[in-house]
Amino acid sequence: MIELINIAVKAIFMENMLLALFLGMCSFLACSKNIRTATGLGLAVTFVMAITVPMNWMINTYLLKEGALWWLGLADIDLSFLVFITFIATIAASVQSVEIIMEKFSPTLYANLGIFLPLIAVNCSILGGSLFMEQRGYGFAESVVFGLASGIGWLLAICVMAAIQEKLKYADIPKGLQGFGINMIITGLIAMAFMSFSGISF
Amino acid sequence: MRWIKKSKAFKAFMAPMSTQNPISVLVLGICSALAVTVQLKPSVVMVLAMTFVLTMSNVIVSILRHAIPKNIRIIVELTIIASLVILADQFLKAYMFDVSKQLSVFVGLIITNCIIMGRAEAFAMANNPWLSFWDGLGNGLGYGMILVIVGAIREFFGTGKLWGAKVVPDWLYQSGYVDLGLMVYAPAAFIVIGLISWLQYEWVIKKKND
Repeated sequence: MIELINIAVKAIFMENMLLALFLGMCSFLACSKNIRTATGLGLAVTFVMAITVPMNWMINTYLLKEGALWWLGLADIDLSFLVFITFIATIAASVQSVEIIMEKFSPTLYANLGIFLPLIAVNCSILGGSLFMEQRGYGFAESVVFGLASGIGWLLAICVMAAIQEKLKYADIPKGLQGFGINMIITGLIAMAFMSFSGISF
Repeated sequence: MRWIKKSKAFKAFMAPMSTQNPISVLVLGICSALAVTVQLKPSVVMVLAMTFVLTMSNVIVSILRHAIPKNIRIIVELTIIASLVILADQFLKAYMFDVSKQLSVFVGLIITNCIIMGRAEAFAMANNPWLSFWDGLGNGLGYGMILVIVGAIREFFGTGKLWGAKVVPDWLYQSGYVDLGLMVYAPAAFIVIGLISWLQYEWVIKKKND
């Protein structure tokens, strides 16, 4: 249990997907203009990540890993080179199905999140989550926690950024630094603040 | 020489280097640019892998552009890109294992690099393979330019080395010079890229506008 909490704390603060591993920067920069949009996108990312990481864990453990096909009597087959293409297919497919299901059963949520869902298929933090899960050899429970916590970490980072950017409208920034430049520097400062969490563990 | 400069292929090749730079102007593909630039060597390897995938995917998408149905084009493009990334990854694992370990998941993340999708969607779907080839190559190198600069700055100031070899002489350390440890960590990557985009605005884009 302690181990799971550790994984969660690590994924949210110390190894934050966005601020320490740099994943999902594109949508982070594009959609952090106001807090409402940012929260919507963050929730959608958390949701999709919490689904796809465990799903990819199952696919990896029972289909792709070396010796994973033992239940078919084919223990000596190693399909691990197919990891990338399978993971991205799973992600694209689940994003699409989440969109369809949401539209059917929860139109209000769909109206709020709907536009962000297609964006998420190419958000690198989702694929990155699955790849880290595979690389670090997490078990099932660990990968559920890791997926959810990474999503929450991403949500946290984009909300902080959006809040700062809303205030920044009133600041006087040199022309060349406006937009991308200043966003990068602010993100750097936030990352520095998050770095100070390192060392915490239970 | 003049006809080369006037040709469309040359323009497609040069634009991403200066005014249309994918990273500092169009803000695409930032993730890997930040993550692999702790040292120079992995940055260069990443650039090579990225340029290969980008050029090939542009050419293939462009050849198939009339055959790809509009509705499922994103899935088709993703499949092409993912197959090329698998090629690059297997190659790196076979011939440059240590660098491949250092790059870890970021080779795989070329799949979701927005530059590749962006060029496939915006350029390759509308232009012939010859132009797409040059566009892909130009974008790959424009991306590479920034990566190499950031990688060199971070390695030089962070560890006093370049390409793994010591550059800062010992007497400088003895007289009190200290490596800037922050450069190795994540925040420095953000700040360095932010400053580079500022410089690029002042030097390149502003001049073009005047």
